[in-house]
Amino acid sequence: MKSYVPNTLEERREMLRTLGLDSMDQLFSDIPEDLRLHRELNLPAPMSEMELRELMMGYVLQNDEGGLLFRGAGSYRHYIPSVVPQLAARSEFYTAYTPYQAEMSQGMLQSIFEWQTVICNLTGMEASNASVYDGATAAAESLLMLRDSKRKNKVLYSAALNPDVITTMKTYAHCYGIELCEIPVDANGLTDLAAVEANLEGAAGIIAAQPNYYGCVENMDAIAELVHNAKGLLVAYVNPITLGLIKRPADYGADIAIGDGQTLGLPMNFGGPYVGFMAAGGKLVRNLPGRIVGETHDAEGGRAYVLTLQAREQHIRREKASSNICSNQMLCAIMSTIYACTMGPAGMREVAEQNVAKAHYLAEEIAKVPGMKLRYTTPFFNEFVVDTELPAEQINEELKEMGIVGGYILPDGGMLWCATEMNSKEDIDFLIDMLKNIVEGGEEA
Amino acid sequence: MRQSYKLIFERSHEGRRAYDLPALDVPAVDAIPANMKNEGKLDLPELGEVDLVRHYTNLSRRNFGVDNGFYPLGSCTMKYNPKINEEVCTLFEDMHPLLDEDMSQGALRLMYDLEGYLCEICGMDAFTLQPAAGAHGELTGLMHIRAYHEHRGDTARTTIIVPDAAHGTNPASAVMAGFKVKEIKSAPDGGVDLEALRAAVGPDTAGLMLTNPSTLGLFERNIKEIAKIVHEAGGLLYYDGANLNAIMGIVRPGDMGFDVMHINLHKTFSTPHGGGGPGSGPVGVKKHLIPFLPVPVLTERDGMIELDYDRPNTLGKVKNFYGNFGVIVRAFAYIRSLGGAGLKEASENAVLNANYIMNALRGVYDIAHDRICMHECVVTPTEDMMKNGVHTSDIAKALIDRGYHPPTIYFPLIVHEAMMIEPTESESRETLDEFIDAMKAIAVEAMEDPESVHACPKTTPIGRPDEVTAARKPVIRFVKE
Repeated sequence: MKSYVPNTLEERREMLRTLGLDSMDQLFSDIPEDLRLHRELNLPAPMSEMELRELMMGYVLQNDEGGLLFRGAGSYRHYIPSVVPQLAARSEFYTAYTPYQAEMSQGMLQSIFEWQTVICNLTGMEASNASVYDGATAAAESLLMLRDSKRKNKVLYSAALNPDVITTMKTYAHCYGIELCEIPVDANGLTDLAAVEANLEGAAGIIAAQPNYYGCVENMDAIAELVHNAKGLLVAYVNPITLGLIKRPADYGADIAIGDGQTLGLPMNFGGPYVGFMAAGGKLVRNLPGRIVGETHDAEGGRAYVLTLQAREQHIRREKASSNICSNQMLCAIMSTIYACTMGPAGMREVAEQNVAKAHYLAEEIAKVPGMKLRYTTPFFNEFVVDTELPAEQINEELKEMGIVGGYILPDGGMLWCATEMNSKEDIDFLIDMLKNIVEGGEEA
Repeated sequence: MRQSYKLIFERSHEGRRAYDLPALDVPAVDAIPANMKNEGKLDLPELGEVDLVRHYTNLSRRNFGVDNGFYPLGSCTMKYNPKINEEVCTLFEDMHPLLDEDMSQGALRLMYDLEGYLCEICGMDAFTLQPAAGAHGELTGLMHIRAYHEHRGDTARTTIIVPDAAHGTNPASAVMAGFKVKEIKSAPDGGVDLEALRAAVGPDTAGLMLTNPSTLGLFERNIKEIAKIVHEAGGLLYYDGANLNAIMGIVRPGDMGFDVMHINLHKTFSTPHGGGGPGSGPVGVKKHLIPFLPVPVLTERDGMIELDYDRPNTLGKVKNFYGNFGVIVRAFAYIRSLGGAGLKEASENAVLNANYIMNALRGVYDIAHDRICMHECVVTPTEDMMKNGVHTSDIAKALIDRGYHPPTIYFPLIVHEAMMIEPTESESRETLDEFIDAMKAIAVEAMEDPESVHACPKTTPIGRPDEVTAARKPVIRFVKE
């Protein structure tokens, strides 16, 4: 039987004897007899490492991931350089916990200081926290920042945010007692500016995505101007892999920049773990939730890093804390930092340009398939919506037979397609051939 | 040993690169409108791959994890993280979360099976794996309590009772869930003061949050009476699963009367703590709270696992997709490796190791509450040590120089100068003996040469950092001079 307890049975008996006990059971004498579980847990039998490996392969074989992926909608397949997983596998990092003891945790603390700097430099902001769980919880936490800094209970959000982000915000807002006001999407797939203007009264601010859920590049300048004229704040929910090519949130005046770092070096992993980031300008720093690492010095003047501004946090402030967050996503943050530093400024631009190019090639080719057309003519990054004459479900079912994962089907039947640097021209051409076959077959049927 | 270390930004040389991409095989396009285009160059470091690799490898050497040595950080359960689990979790890395259900049956089945195992281990009726960490689980669990009362139209129940011995996340989570917090004083042994509880409950009581074993590492002997008081007042009982590692296969929260709970998979089920995450905080509920579970709920139909979003009373979602799946896979692998008997063996030995340390330190340090402890014990410096100017933080720093990660210090708040020691089951007797010897040697040094203790740590890359300056003049990113 597998066990990670090193002591032999004889050693355990000797240890019990030092306590004046002769059975393990006596250690639990505080637990009322009638509450105790007087049977073994009903779980599958223990197994060796070799058997476990086979068991896990059995689960894997029940999956059919498909060969070619053209789906995003909140999780994206990008190339992850080998250095990212290799360095994150240093067990000095991954078997540590929150760096409470600074002297023996300088590696983690400095890495998080570097993450904060990377996030600040990508977004143009002055301050970043050490991460939150994901983009959805970053958005939910930003609601509290808006309310507390503006002392207003109403927040606008763009309907062109990722639906999981919206649902998560609604769940949190219900508890906070914050009133959320949805701003619809206009005919161009963009946040409706007239509706923004009409609803700003009494609002602490607005949360909008760049690029948005439908892939469209929003006119954030215009949204910023509207919300700032009404003395509100702009929270920009950005995909960080776009930022070598698309303006940084600070460049259009966003007050808070948030998002999901999955696109920076994290595998899709069936939805997690990812990493949420939150960055803000000067005065809002003390409203940021969660851990923040700061630079200081030791008695000899040497540079040192510590957890700082802890007076915001739950272990000090308890019910008055800015958030309840304790553990965040430190290891994922390190992976994203390593990704950004591997790519550097040139790589971040090139990967963004390749995404735009691949997605536009895919869009142009799909638009040539009979019975398929792009819903919007708005500029986009690496995703776009296609309306189809054949039911989208039928198209995806037939693509699945070819090992292709087609666009994500929206509730209104449209297909949200995605291409990244991972989709070669050859693969895209193959997809297009298949789509043409499906349409022809569909017409015959 | 003292040595500061350059930031990666200080190693940058313009024009160097560590990345490459295939040549673009489709036409380049200039699609981003001018007013939204980033014309500037991002301020990121430029360096060659080997320099990047050495930077992070050497940073890792300035860090300390369970693989480096004994890490008895109380309440955090720093047990060994099996290597096989690090391998098998990568098998699912390339799975997109929005694959059709028939393409992701393996991943869905794994989550469904894990939910079942957690129900059995905890005596609950259903689990959600969605929350990303313990505090996130607390928040999600409290949302269930809120939804339950709201659904019954019982809107007066706005208060969560939290003992003063609780983790700081408990009151913070309660406030985030929209509750008021009523803190009650603990009994001298760190347990719930029944009279204080009786006085605190009323028509405004939504629930009580409780950690059992308590944050003092002691089992709450009055748990049945506590459950009765809370339930009779119309409240629900929340179990903070931070200390679940003490009781697997011995007693179950569901059988103690708890209605809702969270588990820290990164504690009890051995997934690595990642330097502060990613964790995972599944929430378990009894039958009466099932309607409120976050969507999607995994259900089995005709041998297929489905994602059910059609749940009229759901509280919503607490994060994207389904949870920290990579962490979930590791916990699944751990449970399948050990089985029921192995989990009980883990808990028994966690409790044995903690009592072994407490017993050996008796007479050297003061023991906060000297009775059989569960998986952790709380000790304090003696009066004489403190008169000599040696405090808990000094002892912690002295432990660092002897190669140990210190225990959790200054928590629980109700014990003055607390050191909370949680050895876990995965430590051998000689590791415990060596740690005990180190603690004894520090106790002697505290009396004979307190200055030497104050000078610790001496072996680390930095000395004690100036935390006051860090907070007063925050420098939280690197800015080129």
